[in-house]
Amino acid sequence: MRIRKKLLRTTLALAIGSVLLWPQPGNAMEAADAPETVEINSLSRLYNGVDFNHAMHTEIAACVQCHHHTTGGEVSDTNCLRCHAKSGEANTVSCQECHSSDRFSKEDLSKRDNPSLYHIDKPGLKGAYHLNCVGCHQQTGGPTGCQDCHTMTEAGEKMFQTGQHAPTETTGGEHGGH
Amino acid sequence: MKTTVSRRTFIKGGLAGTVAATVLQEKKSQAATFEGYPDGMGVLVDLTRCVGCRSCEAACNEEQKLPQPEKPFDDFSVFDEMLHGQKRRTDETRYTIVNRYDVPGQEHPLFKKVQCNHCQEPACLTSCFVNAYTKTPEGAVIYNANVCVGCRTCMIACPFYIPTFKYSSSFSPRIMKCIFCYDTRLKEGRPPACVEACPQEALTFGKRNKLIEIGRQRIRETPDKYEDHIYGEHEVGGTAWMYLSSVPFDQVGFDTHVPKEPILNSVKDFLSIVPMVLTIWPALFAGFHLLATRKDWLKNKNEDTHEEE
Repeated sequence: MRIRKKLLRTTLALAIGSVLLWPQPGNAMEAADAPETVEINSLSRLYNGVDFNHAMHTEIAACVQCHHHTTGGEVSDTNCLRCHAKSGEANTVSCQECHSSDRFSKEDLSKRDNPSLYHIDKPGLKGAYHLNCVGCHQQTGGPTGCQDCHTMTEAGEKMFQTGQHAPTETTGGEHGGH
Repeated sequence: MKTTVSRRTFIKGGLAGTVAATVLQEKKSQAATFEGYPDGMGVLVDLTRCVGCRSCEAACNEEQKLPQPEKPFDDFSVFDEMLHGQKRRTDETRYTIVNRYDVPGQEHPLFKKVQCNHCQEPACLTSCFVNAYTKTPEGAVIYNANVCVGCRTCMIACPFYIPTFKYSSSFSPRIMKCIFCYDTRLKEGRPPACVEACPQEALTFGKRNKLIEIGRQRIRETPDKYEDHIYGEHEVGGTAWMYLSSVPFDQVGFDTHVPKEPILNSVKDFLSIVPMVLTIWPALFAGFHLLATRKDWLKNKNEDTHEEE
């Protein structure tokens, strides 16, 4: 009797435990498991990298808003839902695993020539960051100026001909006066 | 011996020849329809993505080694600049510019990048009588300053007002316009500097055919976001640089009245007469001259023979 009771309890406990531990579709990946900050600097040349405050952003946005279907949550975009309604958690949630950092290179363009490929228009890494961040910031009143998020480097100042490379009265202006 | 060709028949024959040449020429020109190089590259400019950061302008200036600008490229006061009631234009110091449009009903201003659209059948190329322009199989419309005589016909021919004249060096004529970074990048299959610099991927580089596919996909999947039109797909016979917009194109500075066929088609009837003028007319008028002076010639000849007698 006692053994039977114990067995029953154990089974029940296991059952409840496994239900609790079983990954739930919809919140497969917990925001709490996510990193506090993400350093975005793989492309930094004209601008310095960004220390992205991931923890803060998880409080104001749902995972799917940036990570699409990859965290296992349900996306709202009907275009994505056609295929990704039940595609579940992806192997990776990192932006650069899917968004090419050498967008428009010969290799990148030839990959997109595949006639059976649906995602022919997937932005590169730089495009993905900016379209996602700036798009949301415009709607929610977040910072949208270039240097609000990342400061310009020396190389950037040179290309934009600003800061110490700014045109002066004597150097700039081929046809001043307007 | 008496001549068998009278003045009247000669003129009749000449005119008939002229008409025949014109008709034959026209038939030939109708057969020529060029749909562009199959692997020609292009760029799709998406106005809904552009935020007016001017990175493209800065990158172009650096890549093409253009003169220093009046204001830094991170100075956004340039969007308010007006000259003769017009927004900024490309000129000898800048191959590309971005203009801001405050369209009523839009939450954010729209920005439109301007540069050479690299037409499939460029009007500048057709109008140039020294063949200074070339449409390369890669899609670029490039320009050779060595043969240019500085007539500036291309500037009048271009439906987008793109070629500009370097007035600061009029004695060694030089047209300044975007060349799709042909020498330094496109030739090797790399995207132009402006595309690489764009943070928003508002500029999408790829095969022109693929870009039309991409443009269609964007319109189909987000129909509320876009006008159902790709500007440049058919305008002036198609351009390598094309545009997507969230508002009607005439509200963001596009000429929506340009023909849907190459500019060449509107002038080829006239142009087909040019070779005829150059080949038949000299013979025709030389004939007139000979006929008109024949009597004098005969008279002189007769006088000569009389003198000899």
